[in-house]
Amino acid sequence: MGITVKTMSDLVAQGENAEILYWVGSAGSFDDRAKKITRSFVKIMNHAKVNFGVLGTEESASGDVAKRAGNEFLFQMQALMNIEILNSYNITRIVTTCPHDYNTLKNEYKDLGGVYEVLHHTEFISELIQDKRLILSDNLKGMKITYHDPCYLGRGNGIFNTPRELLKAMGVELVEMKRFKRTSFCCGAGGAQMFKEPEKGTQDININRTQEAMNTKAKTIATACAFCNTMITDGVKFLAEGSVDVLDIAELIVKSQNL
Amino acid sequence: MFSVSSLIFSIIFFGSCFLFYRNINIIIRNIYLGKDPGKFEQSKERWKQVFFIAFGQKKMFKKPLVAILHLVVYLGFVIINIEIIEIILDGILNTHRILFSPKWANVYRFLINSFELCAVLVLTSVIVFLIRRNVIKIKRFFSEEMKGWPTLDGNLILIFEIFLMSAFLTMNAADLALQQTSLSYKYPNTGSFLISGLFSPYLANTLSLNSLFILERFCWWFHIIGIFGFLNYLVISKHLHILFAFPNTYYANLKPKGQLTTMESVTNEVKSMLDPNIDSFAQPASPASVERFGVKDVKDLNRIQLLNAYSCTECGRCTAECPANLTGKKLSPRKIMMDVRDRIEEVGRNLDVKGEKYNDNKSLLNDYIKPEELWACTSCNACVEACPLNIDPLSIIIDMRRYLVMEQSAAPSELNTIFSNIENNGAPWQFSAADRLNWKNDE
Repeated sequence: MGITVKTMSDLVAQGENAEILYWVGSAGSFDDRAKKITRSFVKIMNHAKVNFGVLGTEESASGDVAKRAGNEFLFQMQALMNIEILNSYNITRIVTTCPHDYNTLKNEYKDLGGVYEVLHHTEFISELIQDKRLILSDNLKGMKITYHDPCYLGRGNGIFNTPRELLKAMGVELVEMKRFKRTSFCCGAGGAQMFKEPEKGTQDININRTQEAMNTKAKTIATACAFCNTMITDGVKFLAEGSVDVLDIAELIVKSQNL
Repeated sequence: MFSVSSLIFSIIFFGSCFLFYRNINIIIRNIYLGKDPGKFEQSKERWKQVFFIAFGQKKMFKKPLVAILHLVVYLGFVIINIEIIEIILDGILNTHRILFSPKWANVYRFLINSFELCAVLVLTSVIVFLIRRNVIKIKRFFSEEMKGWPTLDGNLILIFEIFLMSAFLTMNAADLALQQTSLSYKYPNTGSFLISGLFSPYLANTLSLNSLFILERFCWWFHIIGIFGFLNYLVISKHLHILFAFPNTYYANLKPKGQLTTMESVTNEVKSMLDPNIDSFAQPASPASVERFGVKDVKDLNRIQLLNAYSCTECGRCTAECPANLTGKKLSPRKIMMDVRDRIEEVGRNLDVKGEKYNDNKSLLNDYIKPEELWACTSCNACVEACPLNIDPLSIIIDMRRYLVMEQSAAPSELNTIFSNIENNGAPWQFSAADRLNWKNDE
């Protein structure tokens, strides 16, 4: 099934308004695994008849990676460029599938003149359900799933329950890892680690976390971040390829609700 | 009323107060070597943090058993110290149990009984703590950075408390025994106390009058001099947290943990670069704009980061949660805080001994903290979450990365590639910005 995506410039040309801007992010635009998450979330929005826009080629890296790597110059260049585009479209509400962009757009653009209401896709989906625009049936009843808290969604911004409630709404039997919510263990990608080799150590962080997730005997590891997804997918490949699925909550919704 | 003993006591008392005042001022001076952190709003929220996190020790309760033991030691110690009001008065005025009056004997006994109960609880907890450190050997007390003084410091504090509590109880027991002797004119009959009353008969039976008197005096002096010593020990010890926990939680970050600070100095430069109307080759308007980006040495840190370092009690909860540390990397958030304190102390000492112009050619970066440690951080905030006092090692790590990247261009080579990709294509990957919407046509 195809998907419908309109850019902000198209919408403006047609004299239309978007109710929300979907910030796709660099990973969501270019990384093969993350693109699937992007398309799944778009399917959900199409299904719920959300009138959203994307920036398309006008979008640029949010600057999260640069900032956490210590390159504040590059971060601010990116931020100021993005803010200029966002403000030129009078954007007030943004949804994003990436907790890093979520954190950056919501918290770190403010000081530079970009003040927006920013939602993570799990928050937005939850809002769609509340507004009865999306109905989730419990097709995943009895399915054992564990949820990995992305650092920038959980500890970083205090969102622990919304993703879990979506899983439960689909009937999932949620099994928690030993370290979860506030004491959740990083996947190893944050702070620009995604883009470099780890320092010398005894183990890779993603292996440590994936092992913990697999210890729950869950058949699926759910995440809400493309970076976490990549790291844990790699972990599963290393430990026991094919034994567990690693899926974003948006993908689980598309799969179970036949969207 | 005044006597030689009053004089000696007063010299010790005022001397140790003065010494403490002087040393604490040096610490505050050291903290003020850091940068001005700006204004602190939301004072109501801040007082809440002081109340719940410092006073109520809320974050300790992630481990309830240890939390209760810790609370007992803390409250016990504070409550027992009410007794030193009387001890100090007795010392200066050369009196004995000046606050005791037969009319209020019940109230007095109630207070001393509470102090004695606290002393026993503190003793028990402190022994459990010593066992945890030295027999069970809890892993977080044995990291690389704990070797030598930090481990000794941890044990000394606990042994100090054992001596103080034992002296307090023995002093009371000897006192009770003396109340039944010919010296009872000096030792008013207070009636028996809860704990010391249990073993005072033993003392009365085994010791001569003279020995009893010497024992009581020795314990009295030992206890009070010990307390003054302990007060002055704080300033060189990790135990300073019992005081600094309060300002530290007041000034701790209230924003979402994911949010990093915005560098205004960078904003000005970036804006002038992006604005075609500004001549980017013009001389900077004021010399203030040529400040250093990021943190190389402790004076580049802000005062809250330095306060954080002095507040750290080296418990290692941060390091025990750090994903980098747990997978064998060199990074330890606790070491970051310990290094900052060691270095600011060194800078302060140099200032006092060798003067303002002296330069020891050392810095926090490289001489204390290696880039390898900084680059191992995933910025996951587990350390910040774990800290019972809301200390923020992450902010220091990021500030030091900023120096490495913006002043020294010393990022790991993969990251330099990422930077140029972001600059050129607007993404960390080497894809053309024109292809950014291609995902739409996949499948």
